[in-house]
Amino acid sequence: MPSELPPGFVLLLAALVAALAGPRLRTFVLLGAPVLAGAALLAWPGVGTAEAAALRVDVAGLQLVLCRIDGLSAAFAGVFCLAALLAALFSAHVRDRLQSAAALAYAGAAIGAVTAGDLVSLFCHVEILSISGALLVWARGTARARAAAWRYLAWQLVAGFLLLAGALVLANGGGSLLVAPIGDGEGAARWLLLAAFGIKAGFPAVHTWITDAYPEATPTGAVWLSALTTKVGVYALARMFPGHEPLVWIGVVMACFPIFYAVIENDLRRVLAYSLINQVGFMVCGVGLGTDLALAGTVAHACTDTVFKGLLFMAMGAVLQQTGRIGGNELGGLWRSMPATTGLCIVGAASISAFPLFSGFVSKSMIMSAALAEGHGTVWLLLLFASAGVFHHAGIKIPFFAFFAHDSGLRPAEPPRNMLLAMALAAAFCVVIGCAPSLLYARLPFTTGYDPYDATHVIAQLQLLLWSALAFVWLRRTGLYPPELPSVNLDTDWLVRRAAPAAGRRLAPGCARWLQVARAAVSGAAERLGRVARRVHGPHSRMARSSPTDRMLLWTAILLVLMLLLYFQ
Amino acid sequence: MTAPSGQGRWGFRLWVALCLAIAAIDLVFHRHVVHPAESMPGFYSLYGFIACVALVLVARTLRRSLMRSEDYYDAE
Repeated sequence: MPSELPPGFVLLLAALVAALAGPRLRTFVLLGAPVLAGAALLAWPGVGTAEAAALRVDVAGLQLVLCRIDGLSAAFAGVFCLAALLAALFSAHVRDRLQSAAALAYAGAAIGAVTAGDLVSLFCHVEILSISGALLVWARGTARARAAAWRYLAWQLVAGFLLLAGALVLANGGGSLLVAPIGDGEGAARWLLLAAFGIKAGFPAVHTWITDAYPEATPTGAVWLSALTTKVGVYALARMFPGHEPLVWIGVVMACFPIFYAVIENDLRRVLAYSLINQVGFMVCGVGLGTDLALAGTVAHACTDTVFKGLLFMAMGAVLQQTGRIGGNELGGLWRSMPATTGLCIVGAASISAFPLFSGFVSKSMIMSAALAEGHGTVWLLLLFASAGVFHHAGIKIPFFAFFAHDSGLRPAEPPRNMLLAMALAAAFCVVIGCAPSLLYARLPFTTGYDPYDATHVIAQLQLLLWSALAFVWLRRTGLYPPELPSVNLDTDWLVRRAAPAAGRRLAPGCARWLQVARAAVSGAAERLGRVARRVHGPHSRMARSSPTDRMLLWTAILLVLMLLLYFQ
Repeated sequence: MTAPSGQGRWGFRLWVALCLAIAAIDLVFHRHVVHPAESMPGFYSLYGFIACVALVLVARTLRRSLMRSEDYYDAE
């Protein structure tokens, strides 16, 4: 058993300290814990090697692999530590015990989940992740946020339940509980686990917890949330379902459908939530393709997306904090008083749009090249459509409506220095990885020899993006671009939030009648049973009849006399 | 939609010129083709433009049936 400490435990322990500490110590713990977790990760012998190092413990006869570090888990855990550090720096000014402790527990659980070696350990971490994530939404304190937090928790608990059910079915059939590729023969367990991780990754129709909860979280809480939960889902899929064909098409649907919503959405953090699903779609597609290049692209894109999506959520969090508004219709012209935030947001926007020299380009192109190499021409065309769409809604719409467009008259100051520094570091990561992708590729669990900077790729991407931008400008000039309107756009959560309660209300009178009949039947039966009981056991019943004492004495005397007679005979 | 200012008009023209220039590279540069569509000159440029226009027009149409008031779910 190695003596190294599981990196997730460091953050979970720090969460406990933060929950009890005063404000100064809490800030210190918030900033120090991700660094310590990163150091703990680097101390593991599995980092940078194909061999896994594991920490095993026996609990009630069950051998658990609490921590297993190999190339795949190290890549995810490493970028989670970085994301936690950036998010901690971004939230360092927040004086809220609940948020700080929940954020550290959330990051610890996410790192614990991607380093868990068996399904039971994974389940435990996923449950902590769910509860702490819900607290980050709850912490905003508004009625909407609290309702969204409950819905978030409900979805996550369903995912946790499916994961546990899958593990139990697997164990019952004598299968291994290790987090490893799951065979076709596993039947029900396979589908239960796929459903569990599907909810976590935001598969179509079960994605609404992302677009519902993330925009309701605190300005800083959304940064933590955007970085981790869906990536845990992606990691679990990459670990257990590589090359699972249906994931290719699920990924394509995830990449394509959210961009339509993002175009008409007014809340800019909700636009980012939709674009988060779009980016995870690329990763899910990569997992489905299952080749080394596709899986390397999935891991690379998970790493770059964690940071650039975090940067965009930070920029919108800064806007929300400084103005108290986040609707596209009520913002605009903020570049005048927030030039640094504007510049940093544009770096995030360029990265998510996969502009050459920015991080998204070096990771997303791997998945697209893998799709082409595998002969998935239609998949490639649809991913190309999604790429153009993401530039349209996240690359242009976010910075344009927040910082440019019409002048809203708002002149907010730049956010606090810690927030700016966090955004600057995230932006620096995007540019450095974009310019020197070998720094990222060297840390991937698969060697591919892929080079994104050949003339074909660069020219094709520039043509796609510049003409997409031209389409945006042309649509704005002709008035065809839909205006930003404060509204709610119906999504599949309508089924849960409106249709199901309405159906319940409609069915309620009928149910009440049936309930009344059932209740009458039960009470009638109980009454009949009572009558029988009274007849048999009542005060005048045979069972309750008692013989007088004198009769008992008489019989005792008779018995004694008989015994005497028999004895002396 | 307000009429674009003179500066905006020139900016737009400049952007169109840039787009045409980058699309014209296809006439002189022979790319490494994997998908047959890539061999068509101007494929990426046209695809990007048409994809975005289609995206916005479809989203506009979807809005008609999907849009509700901001407090639609508040009465839950």
